[in-house]
Amino acid sequence: MKRHLISAADLTRDDAVLILDTAEEMARVADRPIKKLPTLRGRTVVNLFFEDSTRTRISFEAAEKRLSADVINFTAKGSSVSKGESLKDTAQTLEAMGVDAVVIRHGASGAPYRLATSDWIDAAVINAGDGTHQHPTQALLDAFTMRRRLVGRDAGLGQDLAGKRITIVGDVLHSRVARSNVDLLHTLGAEVTLVAPPTLLPVGVDHWTCDVSYDLDSVLPKSDAVMMLRVQRERMNAAFFPTEREYSRRYGLDGERMARMPEHGIVMHPGPMVRGMEITAEVADSDRCTVIEQVANGVHTRMAVLYLLLGGNEPAVSHARPVDSETK
Amino acid sequence: MDTQQPDAARPVLEGPDIARVLTRIAHEIVERAKGADDVVLLGIPTRGVFLARRLADKLEEITAGKVPVGSLDITMYRDDLRMHPPRALARTEIPGDGLDGKLVVLVDDVLFSGRTIRAALDALNDLGRPRAVQLAVLVDRGHRELPIRADYVGKNLPTSLRETVKVLLAEEDGRDAVLLGAKRTAQDGEQ
Amino acid sequence: MSKILIRGAKVLGGEVQDVLIDGETVAAVGTGLSAEGAQVIEADGQILLPGLVDLHTHLREPGREDSETVLTGTRAAARGGYTSVFAMANTFPVADTAGVVEQVWRLGREHGYCDVQPIGAVTVGLEGKQLAELGAMHDSAAGVTVFSDDGKCVDDAVIMRRALEYVKAFGGVVAQHAQEPRLTEGAQMNEGVVSAELGLGGWPAVAEESIIARDVLLAEHVGSRVHICHLSTAGSVEIVRWAKSRGIDVTAEVTPHHLLLTDELVRSYNPVYKVNPPLRTEADVLALREALADGTIDIVATDHAPHPHEDKDCEWAAAAMGMVGLETALSVVQHTMVDSGLMNWADVADRMSVKPARIGGAEDHGRPVSAGEPANLTLVDPAYRGPVNPAGFASRSRNTPYEGRELPGRVTHTFLRGRATVVDGKLA
Repeated sequence: MKRHLISAADLTRDDAVLILDTAEEMARVADRPIKKLPTLRGRTVVNLFFEDSTRTRISFEAAEKRLSADVINFTAKGSSVSKGESLKDTAQTLEAMGVDAVVIRHGASGAPYRLATSDWIDAAVINAGDGTHQHPTQALLDAFTMRRRLVGRDAGLGQDLAGKRITIVGDVLHSRVARSNVDLLHTLGAEVTLVAPPTLLPVGVDHWTCDVSYDLDSVLPKSDAVMMLRVQRERMNAAFFPTEREYSRRYGLDGERMARMPEHGIVMHPGPMVRGMEITAEVADSDRCTVIEQVANGVHTRMAVLYLLLGGNEPAVSHARPVDSETK
Repeated sequence: MDTQQPDAARPVLEGPDIARVLTRIAHEIVERAKGADDVVLLGIPTRGVFLARRLADKLEEITAGKVPVGSLDITMYRDDLRMHPPRALARTEIPGDGLDGKLVVLVDDVLFSGRTIRAALDALNDLGRPRAVQLAVLVDRGHRELPIRADYVGKNLPTSLRETVKVLLAEEDGRDAVLLGAKRTAQDGEQ
Repeated sequence: MSKILIRGAKVLGGEVQDVLIDGETVAAVGTGLSAEGAQVIEADGQILLPGLVDLHTHLREPGREDSETVLTGTRAAARGGYTSVFAMANTFPVADTAGVVEQVWRLGREHGYCDVQPIGAVTVGLEGKQLAELGAMHDSAAGVTVFSDDGKCVDDAVIMRRALEYVKAFGGVVAQHAQEPRLTEGAQMNEGVVSAELGLGGWPAVAEESIIARDVLLAEHVGSRVHICHLSTAGSVEIVRWAKSRGIDVTAEVTPHHLLLTDELVRSYNPVYKVNPPLRTEADVLALREALADGTIDIVATDHAPHPHEDKDCEWAAAAMGMVGLETALSVVQHTMVDSGLMNWADVADRMSVKPARIGGAEDHGRPVSAGEPANLTLVDPAYRGPVNPAGFASRSRNTPYEGRELPGRVTHTFLRGRATVVDGKLA
């Protein structure tokens, strides 16, 4: 793991497991009367959001505050300067204020990568979702949720997701969540199958480390987890599929379909859900659906990422080491 | 440092000695606490946790009552976080009844600068409000950097800063011993 | 400085000869020519080529003088060994009237670094709806013969057909920027494995190939000639090859960057690699090289597209498309085509001077290096090796994808009608 977290593909298996293990310990903080740790006291983190995403921003903010970081929220939407100038100028403004890390959400794929590799700033960069590219902390919280449910809270410590069969359904083409999950789940040893109408799969998907199917019903019985992606109604107008009704009939998850999953199988969704489109209310509200858990797990996972990137003198997870009596 | 194996490490306590001092500490705790009714033992990972469990067993033998044991990871409260890469976290496990109004005995293997215990006190602050907090250590090697002292000490071991103290416990290391050795590199500061 | 003797040059890479320039013309070519009264340039075995001709340059003036002007662009051209450039019409205002093309043409003549032949827009404002006054532009002092909406595709089949037909009246040619607009909405890079991973909007090969296929069939139907700009895919090569085998009057160009770079570079998200048409795959690059060597692709054209720093110093999606190319084109061609053994220097002269001059109707350019011909010449040191240093560019812009890359060859001298515009690699 590097100074930045830009793509789930950058994480090794050991990095990812360390993050998930650390997140488990962070989760226990949430059960305490005082849900706060002094770890990032005196560090300044900016949440730089060029795109509206209240839930992701709140999740990061909660994680930052629980670690006692100083938090600055910066919503750059609606700036009159051209987007390119505003990213660079904004970054340099923040740099001048002495921030230690930038959590960035941007509509342009690659913007966080560009920020991290340009000479614009020195701060650590954490990608909170860029265009249709990556959303690594989402993939981490999803993996965390899967490991808890499919391996076990304590049994899962130190473990990956070897052999687990994960199905991701929906608008893969426009989904950074899908890309991040395919990368991370593969690294963690899971077998991923993407299910979508061919119009919503990118050209070149055959080179991804996963299987592809157009038939949800054939995949469900062997799915330990099914992740439903949000399908925006506007896609219909661009001829990605004929009607909402046809989409949900072929690719939506309803109670009847859910019953074909193995008994231990879970239903996931990165939110926000479009009930009646990709998921019925019956499924969304069932106890197999982990949507609310995912939200809670998002805070734990982001705390883990922040701690491992910013908690020490050099943000290098692979150098993390256990405490020993000799270092006291 | 942590990976250092002192070449000519000399045992200052062997297995039976460790068992004996733990028994003594258990008796001291019972004596000072007038029984062990409200005692909660919190071990500091890694070896402090094993010591806390052993102490709890001995306390239960003496008092025939149940003694709650937990662990307290102080990593996130350390004052030297910025001097190292981030460390993997250990478990903090607070027994079910919590800490409020209890006599918390912190248990660690070696007392040295006192910074670990300072961090532990900070961590405790976020976890509840004990009636009192005491400290039990297997070895006190001196060289305090903070106004902190142990209530129960297995062995006072005068050392120089050029020496290392290594505690081995069967649960983690396969055998019980306290080794005194020479530091290979002349690195000061953190020790 | 009326006489110049270039001593010991390999003319078109062949025999070592002396070339005597007298005034604006080549006076003699041979061995042991007398240096009397002439300034002597020791070529020492360097390659002598006819001055290069670029059928596809963006000089940006009028309107975007912050990225390039006719002066800076022609100075860059001279440094790259060019004696003639065709200036694309997508300026502000658009070169869709006699007035604008004459202005550009005059500026080129005044500066004198390189002949500037304006290209006229096919449609008013490049909007693809109404034909511009093609005849008036042809009849103007600029004498426009090449028409292009480059930057935009003439996607309406009827407009394209009419344009192809109309320019026959005065021997013009339409140069098509082949890009089906609907298939490339939001396109950011080549559509394929890399775009899928990077989450950047795809620019599929079919969007280029379908337009080329349509336009060669249209050209055949109406008996016109058509020129295809910056061909970038293996499929486009196949279509052009097929069209030529059918006797369709089609010519095609390839840019230096499409002969060398692939979409793998986009993984850096560095907008210096953002260009339209986009960088394609290795297989496309190899097909383009082969097609240039076998003549399926007629010429190399730079698509020199200067942009100011701030238009590239930003995130990918916000960045402008395009690369500067005039000052590196010959080096890239040497590297990809000559040093690889696919072509010799005579082929380079053909693809970078003779053919483009013929397609564009630049009569004084692309001539043989022989007595009586206009002295438009370029002397190249093929043994030179060195990293590309944008700070040394004559162009006003620095958006080169080759910064720091070691490329072979260096233009040491350029002569425009007998006058040296570049001496020892520096502008005269």
